[in-house]
Amino acid sequence: MHLADVPIDRSARLVVLAGDRAFRRRLMELGLLPGAEVRVVRRAALGGVLELEVRCCRISLRTSEAVRLEVELV
Amino acid sequence: MTGERTKAASCHGGAGATTAQVEIALRVPVVAVAGNPNTGKTTLFNRLTGNRAKVANYPGITVERLEGRAFLPGVATSVRCVDVPGQYSLSARSREEQIALDCVLGLAGEPRPDVVLVVVDGTQLGRNLYLLLQVIELDVPVVVAVNMTDELERDGRVLDAARMERDLGVPVVPVSALAGTGVEVLRQRLADVIAEPARGRPGWRWIPTDTGFLARVDRVAADVPEAWHGGSDRARRALALWALLSIGEDDELEGVPEALRRTSLRAYAEAEEDGEDLDETVIRGRFSWIDARIDDFVREPGRRRVSVTDRIDRVLLHPLLGFVLFLGLMTIVFQSLFSWSDPAIGLVEDAFGHLGAFLEASLPAGFLRDLLVEGIVAGVGGVLVFLPQIALLFLFIALMEGTGYMARVAFLMDRVMRAVGLHGRAFVPMLSGFACAIPAVMATRTMERRRDRLLTMMVVPLMTCSARLPVYVLMIAALYPPGSGGRFRQGLLMAGMYLFSTVTALVAAFVLGRTVLRGPKVPLILEMPPYRMPRVSAVLRTMWDRSAVFVREAGTVILVCTIGRWFLLSFPRETKLPTELEQRVAALETERAQGSSDETLLEERAARLDAEVESARLKQSYAGRLGHAIEPVIAPLGFDWEIGIGLIGAFAAREVFVSTMAVVYGLDEDQDAESDTLRERIRAQERPDGRPVFTPLVCFSLMVFFALACQCMSTIAVVKRETGTWRWPLFLFGYMSVLAWVASFVVFQGGRLLGFE
Repeated sequence: MHLADVPIDRSARLVVLAGDRAFRRRLMELGLLPGAEVRVVRRAALGGVLELEVRCCRISLRTSEAVRLEVELV
Repeated sequence: MTGERTKAASCHGGAGATTAQVEIALRVPVVAVAGNPNTGKTTLFNRLTGNRAKVANYPGITVERLEGRAFLPGVATSVRCVDVPGQYSLSARSREEQIALDCVLGLAGEPRPDVVLVVVDGTQLGRNLYLLLQVIELDVPVVVAVNMTDELERDGRVLDAARMERDLGVPVVPVSALAGTGVEVLRQRLADVIAEPARGRPGWRWIPTDTGFLARVDRVAADVPEAWHGGSDRARRALALWALLSIGEDDELEGVPEALRRTSLRAYAEAEEDGEDLDETVIRGRFSWIDARIDDFVREPGRRRVSVTDRIDRVLLHPLLGFVLFLGLMTIVFQSLFSWSDPAIGLVEDAFGHLGAFLEASLPAGFLRDLLVEGIVAGVGGVLVFLPQIALLFLFIALMEGTGYMARVAFLMDRVMRAVGLHGRAFVPMLSGFACAIPAVMATRTMERRRDRLLTMMVVPLMTCSARLPVYVLMIAALYPPGSGGRFRQGLLMAGMYLFSTVTALVAAFVLGRTVLRGPKVPLILEMPPYRMPRVSAVLRTMWDRSAVFVREAGTVILVCTIGRWFLLSFPRETKLPTELEQRVAALETERAQGSSDETLLEERAARLDAEVESARLKQSYAGRLGHAIEPVIAPLGFDWEIGIGLIGAFAAREVFVSTMAVVYGLDEDQDAESDTLRERIRAQERPDGRPVFTPLVCFSLMVFFALACQCMSTIAVVKRETGTWRWPLFLFGYMSVLAWVASFVVFQGGRLLGFE
């Protein structure tokens, strides 16, 4: 299951973090390592952007890039 | 205050301290202030430096930073405080991200810090400690300030600074930059570490044990240059990690030795072949250390602050309501730039108008008076006239950034702006561009990436700024003589010009983003900080700093251009007037001397004649000659050499076109676009063969030209200031001029082919 498919307000565990190196490194440095828990907070109007909660912090990703994050619901 | 502190220090000092003070006095100690974005780093910086910090540039790059002096107890001289760019990590891919490492280590022209102050947000320690661990690994003396302690307290969360100090091995000071608490203790701890650096250098916290991993790191460490690690083995290894995580096939780092680059890439690739992801190993190593301790550092029985932010975001980021509120806010921003700034702009214009008139009346006529009045006073006025709009726009930007709303702008607008390759946050400068390109170009600094800023700067000047309006008004009036009943069509045409400029700017962004400014697609990773109340003083400071930077750095270019324009329009001074005109002047003089006819009638004739003399002078000035010179170039667009003079005058600012044309056509220069005299004169102008100059097609062609041409030296000056090079302003001028010429050519020649006039 991709992160983009996680329903709002549900938590998921990151299983695989794909994408190019810089993208992966930046997410990992924000604490989004494989195994970390992530909650989908909301989606922007027009559905382009996704707000997430990781380590008590909020970050936003584009939906098109969130499909590179494979997760499982917890 | 300063004197007291120094005195107190020398009293308590004693003999031992005196030698230390002498040594320190030889070199001003440097404090580098680092931290994640949104940690209140700037507020704390201003606290330490007593709000005396100045905006400066990092050497050789156009990223701005604060720099100031702070006084520390027991340190004889003031210490130099420098700002490290706010980042989540020291690892870098671009030159701009690399500056953080340069600042911490004192590389690439940066001063070597005596102590690095790492500011962390106490409410988000879990993420903030990552950067701190990186800095500690580099073996530079570190002091930690845990900020936002007031928020922790309010949420009923307890910070255990003693525990943090024990585990981290560096001085840890709880502060609230907002309230100013803990700052004096922080000064003391900074002074302690400056005097005894070992106190802030505890060595690595996270100790890797995997021998295979360590072997790889040490192989890379062997190629870390001495100038970077300064003889420290800890720093050498830390820099090996930095190299492993930062150096890639497509990085844009500078000053990395070839050997280090090669070994690092090889080590990374070898690990990859063995199925190990070095990035993950390192990042996980640090986070595991943090995770094992974070619950001891902050104990949190209370509720989270996030819930307040959540409630606000439920409204502000609501799919529909959030959008409406954003557009409402943008309407206010636009209104303020477009109309609320008017009284202040009028005040500046009037003040300099009066000053000019006063000088003109009180100084003897001559070169110096004209230079002073028409060059310098007009030029300084021309710079200061932008300040109301700059200050207003940055009032809104400071509020949006200070509260945390700016991060939400990208969240809301990304989908829309991305369609043409622009950053979501580019919406604010683009909209501001409808009022004036100058503050709009300055507003691009809210975007982190240089490429995003450049792309926005290159298209913002295409938006219909208010300086174009007088030209459009005049041309539309020329198209529709009074009584022709074209009111509705006039309005439609004006709206059409706005639409035209918006579409052109978006298309230009689309094209430039895929050609000249093509870059790797960068994923959007956006922090959404909690909402906070900004400090009034911080907001005022932003407004002041931006205004000061504009006056200091763009002002000079604008002033020089104004003087240059005055020179072109007023020289050579001794021109020979046409014989017929001279005869009329002489005749008037004689009549005056005789005092025969009606006084008022005589004065009216004199004023008209004066205007004609001015017109004749202007036509023979360098600008006039230039107008003739460029006529072959602009003739295909339907413009004659007299319009050419107007175009040259308009380079100062587009609206100057109106007053320049008034002088060219023998009216006094006080005419504005609403003036019926000027409108009639424009309609009445004829070419040598008797055809009217301003046919509808010429009017259209001229409007298109003004919509697209970069007829604004202030824009060029401010783009030069923001990009730090002449390359981009020249490119902007070049592409807009070519675009304007081609579009006007198509309108005029195409229109003629279709049988229009």
